[in-house]
Amino acid sequence: MSLVFAGVCSHAPGIVGRADLADPSAKNRLYEAFDGMRERLEASEPDALVVVAAEHFANFFMNNMPSFAMGMADYYEGPIENPEWLGIQKTRIPGDRSLSERLIQKVMERTDVSYAEEWKFDHGIMVPLHFLTPSYDVPVIPANINCQGPPLAPLHRAWTFGQALREAADSVPERIALIGTGGISHWPATPDSGKINESWDRQFLDEWSRCDKAAMLSYSDQQSYLDAGQGAFEIRTFMTVSAATEGAPGIVHFYEPIPIFAVGCTIGTVDLAASPLPSTID
Amino acid sequence: MQKFLFELNRDEAFQAEYAEDRRSALAGFDLTDEEQDALVEPNIGLLFHLGVNGQILMHFAALHSIEWQDYLQRMRDGLDTHGPVREGVYAVTGYEGVDAHSGRLGQLSRIEEGN
Repeated sequence: MSLVFAGVCSHAPGIVGRADLADPSAKNRLYEAFDGMRERLEASEPDALVVVAAEHFANFFMNNMPSFAMGMADYYEGPIENPEWLGIQKTRIPGDRSLSERLIQKVMERTDVSYAEEWKFDHGIMVPLHFLTPSYDVPVIPANINCQGPPLAPLHRAWTFGQALREAADSVPERIALIGTGGISHWPATPDSGKINESWDRQFLDEWSRCDKAAMLSYSDQQSYLDAGQGAFEIRTFMTVSAATEGAPGIVHFYEPIPIFAVGCTIGTVDLAASPLPSTID
Repeated sequence: MQKFLFELNRDEAFQAEYAEDRRSALAGFDLTDEEQDALVEPNIGLLFHLGVNGQILMHFAALHSIEWQDYLQRMRDGLDTHGPVREGVYAVTGYEGVDAHSGRLGQLSRIEEGN
């Protein structure tokens, strides 16, 4: 089989944990967009959901930091955060060790990836799951890109990781869904939480929707840091999805800065059935 | 400091130990007196100033059930009291204020709407 679904979404903890502090209409628009993404995901009837996330020191620390890692367990647990603070209760999330192992083995043919038989989810995965698989009935394969502790793998390595994930998905009989989750511009967990560079976000999303590899790979972390905050390092997760679906157009279903959620909230899916974009045909 | 917080944030058993006796939970970590005091109090503003990664600190503040706006204010107060973040990813972030930032970009600040 192959990839049956691909998309991107935000994962900010405030989306659930501070929902009551947001403008109700903005919150409702975002939640409706998440519902739409969940319906598309369900319609694709996936056997497993690969979540490319940018975790926040739930498992990996600077004593032994992988640039890329994938989970290889039959179950995971989360969230690590205070459940009342996050608005999501602690639970057990199903995995699929056999599928993980086969995917990881295939990814390793193209690029290096660490594996982890233990993995605790933080808001970076739990918030998307809260909306997309609220019954936790779809096995999850977590993947992580280090976007927190520099030095970070360069963007072109994230692209290669995405290509490797696609080759891996193509190599197994299961129906694979893929999401990338991260922020675009944002300054999370700083005194400036709530800062959002909307024009920067819209430009990046335009490039993402056109799967413009050259444009996306041209970003530098140094400039992104100045223009879009340390949270912008997480564009790696969106670009991984682009690389896994190279040539297919992305559709941005929702984008809106919601400062109390500390990010320009984004929901997008990739039109896997569309004709390849002209710019991506060799 | 960050190693201690990393272990604490992800381990419920360690959290129980910390709740029982904060200072003894620090045993085994290489910390200065200033760092130990900041972790025991906890002094969110000082920890941010000392360079604790914001994500680690956010989870630590959540563990202490510190309300969101209070948590942000404690970081701002920490910078006012102790100066800019000493080192790490957050060192250049500074604090200019959301409204000033939006104005500089020519954007409408939606913080009031968002709140």
